[in-house]
Amino acid sequence: MYRYIVHRLLLAVPTLAGAAALVFVLMRLIPGDICVVRLASGGGTFDPHSVTLCHAELGLDRPMIVQFLNFVFGFFRLDFGMSMWTGKPVAYEIAARLPISIEVALLATVVAIAFAIPLGTISALKQNSWIDVVVRTVAIAGIATPSFWLGIVVLLVILDVTNFIYGAPWMPPIDYVPLWQDPIRNLSMVFWPAVTVGYRYSAVTMRMTRSAMLEVLREDYIRTARAKGLLDRIVINRHALKNALLPVVTLIGIEFAFLIGGLVVTEQVFNLNGIGRLFVLSVQNQDYTLTQALVMVVVTVFVLTNLLVDVLYAWLDPRIRFG
Amino acid sequence: MHAAAPFYSVLIRANPDNPSSTTDFVCDLCTTMPKPTDDGKTYTFKIREGVKWHDGSPLTAYDVAASWQEIVDPREGISSARESYFVMVDKLEAPDATTVVFHLKYATGAFLPALADPFAWIYKKEILDKDPRWYEKNIMGSGPFKFDGYEAGQSIKGVRNPDYYHKGQPYLDGFVGIFAAKESVRVDAIRADRAAMEFRSMPPSSVDQLEKELGDKIAVQRSDWNCGNLVTPNHKKKPFDDARVRRALALAIDAWHDAPSLSKIAVVHTVGGIVFPGSPLAATKPELEKIAGFWPDIDKSRAEAKRLLKEAGAEAITFVLLNRNVDQPYKYVAIWLIDEWSKVGLKVTQRVLPTGPFYEALRNNDFDVTLDFNCQGVVNPLLDVGKFLPHTVYTENYGNFEDQKEIDMYQAMLHETDPKKVRSLMREFETYVLDTETHTIMTPWWYRVVPYRSYVKGWKISPSHYINQDLANVWLDK
Repeated sequence: MYRYIVHRLLLAVPTLAGAAALVFVLMRLIPGDICVVRLASGGGTFDPHSVTLCHAELGLDRPMIVQFLNFVFGFFRLDFGMSMWTGKPVAYEIAARLPISIEVALLATVVAIAFAIPLGTISALKQNSWIDVVVRTVAIAGIATPSFWLGIVVLLVILDVTNFIYGAPWMPPIDYVPLWQDPIRNLSMVFWPAVTVGYRYSAVTMRMTRSAMLEVLREDYIRTARAKGLLDRIVINRHALKNALLPVVTLIGIEFAFLIGGLVVTEQVFNLNGIGRLFVLSVQNQDYTLTQALVMVVVTVFVLTNLLVDVLYAWLDPRIRFG
Repeated sequence: MHAAAPFYSVLIRANPDNPSSTTDFVCDLCTTMPKPTDDGKTYTFKIREGVKWHDGSPLTAYDVAASWQEIVDPREGISSARESYFVMVDKLEAPDATTVVFHLKYATGAFLPALADPFAWIYKKEILDKDPRWYEKNIMGSGPFKFDGYEAGQSIKGVRNPDYYHKGQPYLDGFVGIFAAKESVRVDAIRADRAAMEFRSMPPSSVDQLEKELGDKIAVQRSDWNCGNLVTPNHKKKPFDDARVRRALALAIDAWHDAPSLSKIAVVHTVGGIVFPGSPLAATKPELEKIAGFWPDIDKSRAEAKRLLKEAGAEAITFVLLNRNVDQPYKYVAIWLIDEWSKVGLKVTQRVLPTGPFYEALRNNDFDVTLDFNCQGVVNPLLDVGKFLPHTVYTENYGNFEDQKEIDMYQAMLHETDPKKVRSLMREFETYVLDTETHTIMTPWWYRVVPYRSYVKGWKISPSHYINQDLANVWLDK
């Protein structure tokens, strides 16, 4: 097992290097110049000398290959450099946002698992019953509804309902406080986006659980287990569900990794100072160092999540052995 | 800028009790507004004594002079975004700890308003001497509030400065500034009292909604804004090299009729020329009505537009309007313009780009016509209209033209000190820019609509979201 994990971690190196090359090239293909945006977008005046000074300050006057190697070697030393826009260390900018994104992703995953696996299982067990129809309808609605739109609706409903009941509208806090400082304030901010995102997340997972369970329930070993006279509870929990969870775990892993950097609009709707919002801002500002680092962080999260999922496979299905 | 203004002092400023005035400037760190000497070429400021930095050390004229030196003529390796506003300054000095003297190359009415620039914060000389870039990443001023913390991308905090030199101020014990990029969040935050105020501006529809829902719990202040969108034709692209075609574009627009409707959906309001509408140098309505694009009879104006297009062989031309990916008011104004131009037979499409690629297209001359903008702080018409000068003089003009006559007209105006003559020269310059050559076409000036919880008192709106933002005079009735 340990050899397998080390092997997978070593394989991540070329993956990360490839991602680094891709994001480095793509960022430079976007037309524009961060120095011009920085100097002119507020309506100020600037001269070519100011742009030259700015290029020198940001290291953009160095050859491309030097810039690339600085970025790659910096990444493997965990030195992301300075944000070209704020002048602060990239690590500081990301560290300020990452806990929020992780908290929302974790909470959304809890919401997804709490609803998706029981409901998906019941839906499969009661195939074509009214329960199945209701669960499928809820799931399809969840997949079809954009999370950000749902977020806007949730916010408006909260405002209107509280206004109706208390005579004054209430909305979740718009400035983040860490969980350990003020748990109630923290959760009253993070809960709503987690539910909003968790709904779509659980809908997808629910569909996957249902179809995987339906497939497993038709397997010979399930028939054998039933023929041996095992209790339904044991057949479902120990034999069917555990095997059906393999694709579900994969899906949960992918979705979790996506949530770390992909909640672009939902974060804006709830004013969450997360990685998704920082991503958009860094691309808009053409902040190369910050965008590159963010991409690498997200790629790393994907790589580690996939590794964790593979390790979970072995626990769920003892037939799987790592060479 | 808004967020850090409460931590700093300036030399002079727009009067915080009368910030809507375009000519009322008062001392902040100085003791009295000086009368210029040496035929208007020397300004001597006496600096307040007893002013303390937030670290407790005394602020002197040497700090003021060092800060201004970096703005007016920065040292090697440092760039100043406002250096071009101070071309009239020959040198400045601090002969003693309470005196700062500015020596000008020539007398001009542009100097004093430029000095009231809300960006021109006073930094500590000792820090600047050690590291002129220290202030890019740190805060240490002498303003009404002391810096109390910053969460990257989220909030900034300040606490009352008990040693503030304007006695009794500030009234607040502290403040939290929350960064919220999305407009709907800002509206909801005021609605739910998560935030007391949003200082920039909100679209009229959002403000109407707040007023309807909150009644007397909400107050609103409105003002013309020293910002506007300008249509700039690329003079190097045919047929826009022909002044008749550019003039036709202006003549097709009916701003007088449409501005009231447009103002209901976009943050624009007042029809005006190149000078901020509240300024004594701005054109009156009768003066404007003589200029292309402002004629009172729109049928006559559009008939002339069609005639000019026909004469130039540019009837029913098709072109692309380059626009910036910003909702308010860029996209609204652009759609309105496209509709107006269709009324004289022009087929125009819009190309919307994010800020970076937008500037890249401008710098590479990769556009037919663009919707540019001019946004200034203190109303200082003599400098604000620099935007209309050729690129070789004003780098942020993208019209791609050279015009020595225009430059000469501008210089004559800049060097004139008699207000009546300046006004007359401004009219000539305006007519030349907007009508004779039509280097630029004006659209209605932006409009600030600032809603806030009615328990917030003391704050007064100004023509710029940069002015009067130190929060020293704000108090809460609760």
